[in-house]
Amino acid sequence: MVQKLDTLVETPSQTAGPYVHIGLMPTYAGNAGYYDEEIGTSPIADGAKGEVIEIVGSVFDGTGWAMRDALLESWQPDASGKFAGQEGADPAVTGHCRFAADAETGEFTLRTVKPGKVAQRGGGFSAPHISVWICARGINIGLQTRIYFEDEDNSTDPLLARIEQRPRVDTLIAKKTADGKYRFDVRLQGEGETVFLDI
Amino acid sequence: MTDLGPLIPRNREAHPDAYDPAYKTSVARSPYLPLLSMESGLSEETGPTFGHSKFGALDNNLILNWTKGAAPAVGERILMHGRVVDENNRAVPNTLVEIWQANAGGRYRHKKDTYLAPLDPNFGGCGRTLTDENGYYQFLTIRPGAYPWPNRGNDWRPMHIHISVYGHSFGQRLITQMYFEGDPLINHCPIAATIKNRSQLDRLVAPLDLASSRPLDFLAYKFDIVLRGRRQTMFENKLEGM
Ligand SMILES: [Fe+3]
Repeated sequence: MVQKLDTLVETPSQTAGPYVHIGLMPTYAGNAGYYDEEIGTSPIADGAKGEVIEIVGSVFDGTGWAMRDALLESWQPDASGKFAGQEGADPAVTGHCRFAADAETGEFTLRTVKPGKVAQRGGGFSAPHISVWICARGINIGLQTRIYFEDEDNSTDPLLARIEQRPRVDTLIAKKTADGKYRFDVRLQGEGETVFLDI
Repeated sequence: MTDLGPLIPRNREAHPDAYDPAYKTSVARSPYLPLLSMESGLSEETGPTFGHSKFGALDNNLILNWTKGAAPAVGERILMHGRVVDENNRAVPNTLVEIWQANAGGRYRHKKDTYLAPLDPNFGGCGRTLTDENGYYQFLTIRPGAYPWPNRGNDWRPMHIHISVYGHSFGQRLITQMYFEGDPLINHCPIAATIKNRSQLDRLVAPLDLASSRPLDFLAYKFDIVLRGRRQTMFENKLEGM
């Protein structure tokens, strides 16, 4: 026998199911007015510093179908790379957003500010990115990924550098479609499968 | 800000696999390729905070919140309560806990739920609260009904409440479900069965907690939640800009 460790084990995940929107986005589920103020309706308030951008995309399943029921959350720093709560962070940036695929088209839109680069433990910076978390029916544990930008310098980003198969780096990079507009599609499975993270 | 250390890597053995053919929807919605593992950084170690000012007095009372207190929902009145702690058994105070559920007949108030059980005009089915300084949370609600779902020929969901928690960092994000002690449907549910380790699944089954029940009013069920913890670092490795 050995001494007993006193660390606990994380509670296991279960799928968010088809009705996740009633809990997290009541208005989307048809229950507008449930709460006085819903959570995560926008990651920025008026006056947020930096470039306001719009990212449009879809979450495709393994058959190539744009999922109509995907719910996404984003988390990011402000334009200078500071997260809400850090000293000097832009008070107009909460950095957190909930958004859903459109029930008709399967397309989502995230309107936010372009994030700044973020300091790493032990020195260096990661390239500007937005963390994304995806849940839906059929997803047993939330899928984590990141949105990088094709018009930023991604060459020294430590996470992108870890991707052995270089063509897969592309799955994490939003493509510029117009001024301030980007396209970012997520592929859950198969050809062009998005790099998902375990961080 | 002191460096609390990186997040303890997720123990994936404790969680369901992404791909589980008995839960048919997971088949086309599960990545084939391995996840990319890396030590956490600020993107995962920071997270959103939610001020008390956003919350209404009835937000954690699902019996009354849909009608803004005008009329109670139909069903078996229950208190769902517990603590949120991390893997180091430290309380997670002031964190957002959200729940959603079907009504007593097993029907969700969601535009896509067309189950033949009726909607309860007095029940909305969602609630939210912040844990207190000791990580404690509570909801007053009704016990949800079991409901059928299209999967295999005759699949039913056991009675369950969906739960979403943030913790203090985005990397702690967790969504799970609470089941009820003694429900025979748990053993037949392909979603519950995505958790292969039975003792792990048992951790999602809330025991009846008579001691916390209120005579002539409600029964209580206790549901504790463990989120990822932070590794205690031996080294002075201050994060730049913190
Ligand atoms: Fe459900």
